[in-house]
Order: sequence, then structure tokens, then C-alpha cells
Amino acid sequence: MAQAASIKSAATRTSTQADSKFQDAVAGWVFMAPAFLVIFIFLVLPMLAAIFFSLTNWNGIRPLFTGDGSFNAEAFEMVGLENYQRLLIEDGSRQQAFFTALKNTVYFVLGVVPVQTLLALGLAVIVNQRWLKGKGFFRTAFYFPSISSSVVISLIFMFLFASNGIINQGIKAIFPSYENVTWLNDATGIIHALLGALGITRDTVGGWATTEIAGIPLWNWLSGPSVTMLMIMILNTWTTIGTMMVIFLSALQNIPGQVYEAATVDGASAGQTFRKITVPLLRPTTFFIITLGLIGTFQVFDQIYVISSGGPADTTLTIAYLVFRSGFDDQRMGLATATAIVLFIIIFIFTLIQRRITGGDKAI
Amino acid sequence: MGAATFDHVGERTPFQKFLGQILPVVGYVVLIIAALTQIVPFVLTVANSFKCLPVVNTAPAAFLPLPPFGVACKTPEGETLSAEATSSGLAFNPSLEGYEQVFQQNLGLWLINSAIYSVVVMLLRLVLDSLAGYALARIKFPGSRMLFMSMLGTMMIPGIVLLIPRFIILRQLGMVNNYSGIIIPLMVDAFGIFLMKQFFETIPSDIEEAAQVDGANRFVMFFRVILPMATPALTALAIFSFQGMWNNFLDILIVVGGNQNLWNLPLGLSFLRGQSGEALVWNEFLAGSVVTTLPMAILFFMFQRYFVEGSTYSGLAGQ
Repeated sequence: MAQAASIKSAATRTSTQADSKFQDAVAGWVFMAPAFLVIFIFLVLPMLAAIFFSLTNWNGIRPLFTGDGSFNAEAFEMVGLENYQRLLIEDGSRQQAFFTALKNTVYFVLGVVPVQTLLALGLAVIVNQRWLKGKGFFRTAFYFPSISSSVVISLIFMFLFASNGIINQGIKAIFPSYENVTWLNDATGIIHALLGALGITRDTVGGWATTEIAGIPLWNWLSGPSVTMLMIMILNTWTTIGTMMVIFLSALQNIPGQVYEAATVDGASAGQTFRKITVPLLRPTTFFIITLGLIGTFQVFDQIYVISSGGPADTTLTIAYLVFRSGFDDQRMGLATATAIVLFIIIFIFTLIQRRITGGDKAI
Repeated sequence: MGAATFDHVGERTPFQKFLGQILPVVGYVVLIIAALTQIVPFVLTVANSFKCLPVVNTAPAAFLPLPPFGVACKTPEGETLSAEATSSGLAFNPSLEGYEQVFQQNLGLWLINSAIYSVVVMLLRLVLDSLAGYALARIKFPGSRMLFMSMLGTMMIPGIVLLIPRFIILRQLGMVNNYSGIIIPLMVDAFGIFLMKQFFETIPSDIEEAAQVDGANRFVMFFRVILPMATPALTALAIFSFQGMWNNFLDILIVVGGNQNLWNLPLGLSFLRGQSGEALVWNEFLAGSVVTTLPMAILFFMFQRYFVEGSTYSGLAGQ
């Protein structure tokens, strides 16, 4: 009798345990269901669709499904890797546009990312000094621009850099011989301009300059960002250093004071402390900041859309803008998604390279 | 010689002393210049939004508002006043011309739409992100680890890659040029789930056990017991969602670009700029910029701590 009772109670116990396990599984999936559906339909599915459509010649207009809901076989053809070939290998306008965009984007990234990282780090180091008063004020001032919309910032910069705007008036006040630069519409590459000032032009450098790679003469590859692009680079740096400074600052504040005290006792100079202690301890943060910078700059779009629409002379055409243009202006969804996927791969490669350089792989 | 140098270890050379005195000065100068470059553009934006158009063009740097305030920029006969009539040197007479003009455009409607997108998406994210974050943090269920890893994976996908396929899917679902096309895809975000998961992991589990003994089921417990404890994390999430949606440009452009009635402030402003061609009506644009930025600025000064903490926690916001 007693034995039977104990068996019974054991059975109830296991069944309640199984019950609660089952209940947990149900609760878990019910809690996750809305998030799962949204992420699956609007993030995972589009990623797969991007790969699929990059292998088609769909124009985005022909309906994918016929009236009765069945798949419309005439909507597009599978073209294999043709889109990628046109972008990367085959001579022609598509290849030229892609490599122009790639050139502009890489100049943009290589110009902005190191500068924003170093400025943010420098400002954070100064704000972190013990003798500094008004830390809160400086943090607020630096952070403020990042709360504003990219469109608003673009309008403000267009206003400041207008040909009779404040920037030009200011430079003219300091250097009376300065001739107004039309910041918003100047396709001159800044490396070309610097070389030109030294008397080096396309005609004086020799025949190699006209050799074309991917439809673009070597000389044009070396143009540097155009004046208009330079303005957008300044804008981008200006907007982002605040947030990055704040992230660096909190990492600096997390370094225990004893570490520095020990270094001072050992007779390390300020420069040594910075190189041997601060920089290595900031490695994970630096890796994070540069990754953010790369992802942000490689996708620059809003500012280009508002300020220049890719002009003048395609010198502010970035890959992100090219994706938009081929998809929505040229109605070539297949080509546009292929461009986006190539951009994804480029960002991925750059992130891996910078992981190597900053030592992010060792730090994390 | 080597010994001589070593004798000075621990003592500061005159050069080091000089450095110790000069560095703070250099530091302040650098910081003040940097802070000015960040603040002055906004000051000039506000100042120029209150000028008559000729003054914006001739004296963009004038920043001192002097009475009379609210001057008319045109004579009663409709002629535009010259720049000299409403400005001198660094001073100008404020006018509301820019604001009147920009509100004659559809600014009021764009403002309402911006508020709808930001508030609705924020509220939905508060509920859905915390439900998912709680499940990942606290409930053991099959597939939770896989869900979490794939969610982290989606945070790495650059938004531009999803631009076109997401548009295609939305169009198939009939959600283009429709409020739902903006709200539904954005009502959950991986960053928010991640933030809430991290927070729920810090809540001691005895609180849940106590509630469970009282016989509360998971849902009741979640909304009555757990969520009220999550106020700091929810505040940070609310601010980031609101900011991201208020300033959202690309999604709005792609999904509702074809229906003027659904535009938000950034898309509306970019349209005004595009429409104007060469003749840029600066007082009007800058007035629109001020209206767009003001709500965020107020939020920022009210909740500054959460903005700053949020981005130090992870700068992934807005992705």
C-alpha cells in the first residue's frame, strides 16, 4: 500500500516535470513568435531572396504571380552569374559604373574611417584627463550632432558650404586671395588638384596614365575623392565622432586607475603609458569602432541622395547609391541585388582585414 | 653618462614640468575648438531659419537677434525688403517667414507621420523585443540557442543588401505605400532583443520562482512582475527606437516614397530640396530642419544619460 503510494507520487512528479518542460517550450515559442516571424520574413527571407534575384534578369515590374496566385514563369529568366559578370568582368557601362562607385566608396572609407577613429580617440583621451573641468559639457556638445537626422545634417552642410556660404566667406576673410570653391558641384579630384599644383598633369606623367583598367584610365583611378565628395566626407566625420568619442571615453574610464598608478611608480612616461597600457587595453573598443565605421561608410546613401545624387560627373556615386539607382531608376532588380551582394562581400573582407590589423581577433 | 640619466628617474626635468603646465592649456584649446565646430552649425541654423531670405544670402553669419521681432519680409505692396532693411553687421531682425512657408508645404502632415511611425514602432518594440529577450534569457525551450545565434547573424547584414528584396516582399504582400509597410517590418529589432536579453539575465531568478509559487502563469508574471522591473532597459530601448524611426530616411523613401500623404519629416525635407533646383529657399529649409530636430533635442536634454549610456553599451543602435 505504502509502496504503491510512493510509486504514484513519483509518477506525478515526473509527469509534472514533463508538463513544465512542455509548458516552457510552448511559452518560449509563444514569446518568441512575433519576433521570429518578423525577423524571418523581413530579414532572413530578403537575404535569401537577394541571392536568388541576383541570378535573374527580373526588371521589378513584371508581376511574379499571375492573377490566380500561381507563379508567373515569364516574370524573369535565370541568368546564372551574368549580373556579376557584367559588374565585374565584362567591359561595358555596367562595369564602368560599378568600378567608378567602388573607387569613390573606397576613397570615402579610407578617408573617413581613420580620421574619425583618431579624432574620437584623441578627444576621448583629453576629456578623460583628471584636470579637465566641464566633462559633461564637452560630452554633450560632441554627442549632440548624432541625434539629428542625416537629411537635416545634409541640408545644414549644403547651407554652410554654399558658394557664397559661411565657409567660403570665412576662408576669404582670412585669405583675401582665395577664390570661392563650389563645394557642392566640383568634380576635381583632390589628389589631381594637389599634383596639378606641383605641375604634374595627365599629359606630363607619360603614357601609362591612359591605360584603362575596368574601363577607367589609370590617371582617373588616382584622382582622389572629388571636392564635393570631400565635403560629404567632412560631414560624415563630423556627425560620427561624437558617438565614437563617447564609446572610447567609457572604455577609458573602465581602465582601473591602479594600472596607471603602477606604471607611474615604475617611472613610465606619459607617452609610454599611452602606448603600452592605454592602446592595448582599448583594442577591443577600437576594433568595434572601426567595424562600425566601415559598415557605416561603405553604405553611405542618405547624404549622397540629398546633396549630390551621385554627381557631379559621377564622382559621388557610391556603391549603395548605385544599388538604389540600378534598382529603382533603371528597373534592374537583378543587377541591383548582385551589386548589393558584392558590397556585402567587400564589407566582410574589409572587416576581416581590419581585424587582423587592429588585433581584434586576439582581443575578443 | 648612462648613470647620469638614471639619477633623474622620478624627478621631473624642467621640460617635463613645462609640458605638465602647457598640456592642459593645449587640451582645453583643442576641446573648445572641437566643441565649437559641433555647436556653431546648429546655432547658425537656428539663426538663419528666422531671417528673411535676402539676409540669409548676404549675411549668413549674423547671429544676434535684435528687436523688432517677427518683422515682415515684404512691404504691404508685396515687394521684398532688401537685406539691409532687416539686418546690420552681425545682428538681424527675426522673422517667421521661413516657418510660415514651410508649414504651407505639408510640414504639419509630415510631422504627424513622423510621430505615428516613431511612437507606434517604439511601443511595439517595447513589448515584442522584451517578450523575445525574456524568452531567450529565462525560458529553456528547444531551438532557443539557434534563434539567438541567427538573430545575432542578422545584425551583421548591411541594410543596403536587404533594400531591394525587402521592397519586393512588401510589394507582394501589398504593403507598399501603406503605414503597415513601415511599421510591421520594423516593429521588432535584433538590437532591442539583445539589449532586453542582457538586462533580464541580471534579474535574480528567485523573484520569478516566488511568483510561480503564487500560481501566476508566465504571461501574467511577465507583464505584472518582470516588465515593471525593466524600466531602465525599456527607457533606453524606447529612446533608441524613437530616435531611429524619427530620423529614418531610407525605409520611408523606399516603402512609402510613392505616397506623399505618408512621408515623414526627413523625406519631406529632401523632397523640398529636390524640388527647389538651383533656387534654394534657405530660411524655409532651415526652419524645416529646426522643426525636425527640436523634438529629438528636447528628448536628448531630458534623457541625456540614456542616450550616452545606450551608445556606450553598444553603438549598434539604428542598425
